[in-house]
Amino acid sequence: QGQAQTGPGVTSLFSPAVTSEQIEHLHRRFKQLSQDQLTIRKENFDSIPDLEFNPIRGKIVHAFFDKRNLRQESDGLADEINFEDFLTIMSYFRPIEMNMDEEQLDRFRKEKLKFLFHMYDSDHDGKITLQEYRNVVEELLSGNPHLEKESARSIADGAMMEAASICVGQMGPDQVYEGITFEDFLKMWQGIDIETKMHVRFLNVDTIAHCY
Amino acid sequence: LDYQHVQVPFEITLWIMLASLAKIGFHLYNKLPSVVPESCLLIFVGLIMGGIIYGLNDRSPPVMDSDIFFLYLLPPIVLDAGYFMPSRPFFENIGTILLYAVVGTIWNVFGIGFSLYGICQVKAFRLQDVSLLHNLLFGSLIAAVDPVAVLAVFEEIHVNEKLHILVFGESLLNDAVTVVLYKLFRSFCEMPTIKSVDVFAGVGKFFVVGLGGVLVGLSFGFTAAFTTRFTKDIRVIEPLFVFLYSYLSYLTAEMFHLSGIVAIISCAMGMKRYVEANISLKSHTTVKYFMKMWSSVSDTLIFIFLGVSTIGENHEWNWPYICFTVIFCLIWRALGVLVLTFFVNRFHVNTITSKDQFIIAYGGLRGAICFSLVFLLPDFHRKKLFIAATTVVILFTVFVQGMTIRPLVDLLAVKRKRESAPTVGEQIHIRFLDHLLAGIEDISGHWGQYYWKDKLEYFNSKYLQKILLREYDQPKSSIVLLYEKLERKHAIELAQAGQLGHSPAQPSFLCSGFLCSSSDRTVLADQKLEDAPNPDALDNMQEILARHLYRIRRTGPAYNRHTLPGDSEPSERAKEILILRHTNR
Repeated sequence: QGQAQTGPGVTSLFSPAVTSEQIEHLHRRFKQLSQDQLTIRKENFDSIPDLEFNPIRGKIVHAFFDKRNLRQESDGLADEINFEDFLTIMSYFRPIEMNMDEEQLDRFRKEKLKFLFHMYDSDHDGKITLQEYRNVVEELLSGNPHLEKESARSIADGAMMEAASICVGQMGPDQVYEGITFEDFLKMWQGIDIETKMHVRFLNVDTIAHCY
Repeated sequence: LDYQHVQVPFEITLWIMLASLAKIGFHLYNKLPSVVPESCLLIFVGLIMGGIIYGLNDRSPPVMDSDIFFLYLLPPIVLDAGYFMPSRPFFENIGTILLYAVVGTIWNVFGIGFSLYGICQVKAFRLQDVSLLHNLLFGSLIAAVDPVAVLAVFEEIHVNEKLHILVFGESLLNDAVTVVLYKLFRSFCEMPTIKSVDVFAGVGKFFVVGLGGVLVGLSFGFTAAFTTRFTKDIRVIEPLFVFLYSYLSYLTAEMFHLSGIVAIISCAMGMKRYVEANISLKSHTTVKYFMKMWSSVSDTLIFIFLGVSTIGENHEWNWPYICFTVIFCLIWRALGVLVLTFFVNRFHVNTITSKDQFIIAYGGLRGAICFSLVFLLPDFHRKKLFIAATTVVILFTVFVQGMTIRPLVDLLAVKRKRESAPTVGEQIHIRFLDHLLAGIEDISGHWGQYYWKDKLEYFNSKYLQKILLREYDQPKSSIVLLYEKLERKHAIELAQAGQLGHSPAQPSFLCSGFLCSSSDRTVLADQKLEDAPNPDALDNMQEILARHLYRIRRTGPAYNRHTLPGDSEPSERAKEILILRHTNR
């Protein structure tokens, strides 16, 4: 089969050195998931056996259909995505490149963190509230019958308090901390080098291509 | 006076006492440990002791017996290292570590061996009777980086985690290679002819030694974990099992000519998780302290004996050979690190900077393992030359490199360890990222690092935990304690600001349904609370997160559209506590 059909939007996300080989691989995978249809729906993700045991499965699948991640202007969830959208989501996991300057690196990092932020912020209001944070922790710790819901809630509460102290510092008794905004989220992730952690290896830019 | 009766234990105790007193002495002067690493000072004390003994008896002082070193002094240090090894960075960098340990050591051995053989050919040095095989044998024992020395130095300089784990992991794992090559060349020395089939046997042996060590270690580790499942009623001997099984794994591996160090490390790493879940908190503290104590004593004794054994008539000082040995050690290590890092950086996104490379090369310290191996050499006429060369190399690396590495780290502004305390939030995020990446790898059909990690965790939760853990006993109490503290702190803050519960929705971190017990209430007023949650309690929380995150999930995503309304709960609680506090005054 020939090369996959990709719109002009996709190649602008990737650096020029991405080979068509990787796009070809993803296209094959897409066809497998969609059962040779042009689009994928949420139900198609059920066919991945290993994903079933993933505690945050719901959030991951949701992220694929989240219009904010698909760089569409509207909000909410898409019903189905085509290959171009699939690639768009996958592009969030591309690895860092050697020749990035400060500004590009910063943008790169913000992009990835924005993706994560959208996963935490399930009601799309631009803030991670305490309930949403609790929800994340409960999902992470879900499935363990011995761990009480109380403990999970408490952990989330403690984490939220930490976040509050990082982002806002000492709060007066009157202050309400409504939720973690994206700027606060950035502050929280300062210690973790997400540019190097958040990538899937097969999307590595072919190093030989750089030499030419 | 019945000295003969008590001589052996008496002398051993005296040596240990001397070692410990020396340690106290160093720390009395605050400035000294920061300039001169402890290992140097201990060697120095050893040198003095050796000099005294030599002067008094007019014969060579007791040389550290290789058996004592390998059987008694080395295992505690390696056990300590393996037990407290941070497994996450270790396994993330395992490829690089193995590459340095295996390929790097082989590179060093052959490089040093061949270049020294080249030096031996020069007529002026009068070294021509040292054959190639002898040089290679010498190379095999001098090339290996020593975990004891590396630990002693790197512990004080606090470089960033990745660098530390690379040097340290390499020093631990290169034992397998060293054992194989040393024994191989030694047997070659005794064989009249060497066929190529022997060489291939040597290569095969390496895999046997390494993998066999891991297997032995893991089997003892899991047995230890299984044993601790049944120790609920006899908590007092729990710590003993940890030590007994690890030591047995070391001895068993040595018995089968496998790598003892690799065995004891795999034993420690394999059993840690399950044993810590099964044993009581007090046993856990006991294990920790005993391990640290033993390894500290061993460490001190090793360095003192190194100093003592240096004095004496064991050496043949052929200065050209010795100087070239030192030079070649440095050169080949630097080259090896450069070449290998070049390959590593092509495959890894997180590259190893040239500053890090320099520290890796410079941190290749040699220590007591080389020393003991050289004494184990069969007696041939050039043995003393090798002993002298080994001694000089060790002294050079420990003194010169050990002392200068800290100022160099400062000078080069190498990335240091992050001093901030780990937060619960960070743990959550990292776990979240793990799952996300595992999920993406599943979706894209790629069997990557996270996929295998996920699979291993699944296997662990489904089978291993059921067999090896007594029950899923979470240390609930400490988390509750932690939130109690936060609750009290918040309540006190409220009281100090003169507010009593009119506040709107604050970040609620109160344990609903849990109130302080009556005895605690009176303590409230006087208690000074630390700002950050106590690290042990944090560890427990992190432990829970780590242990229980890979479980089968309920189907159906949970979209919760409710943000927390003005919860009356927290303010009620605060009010209650404050009221009680006031009434108890």
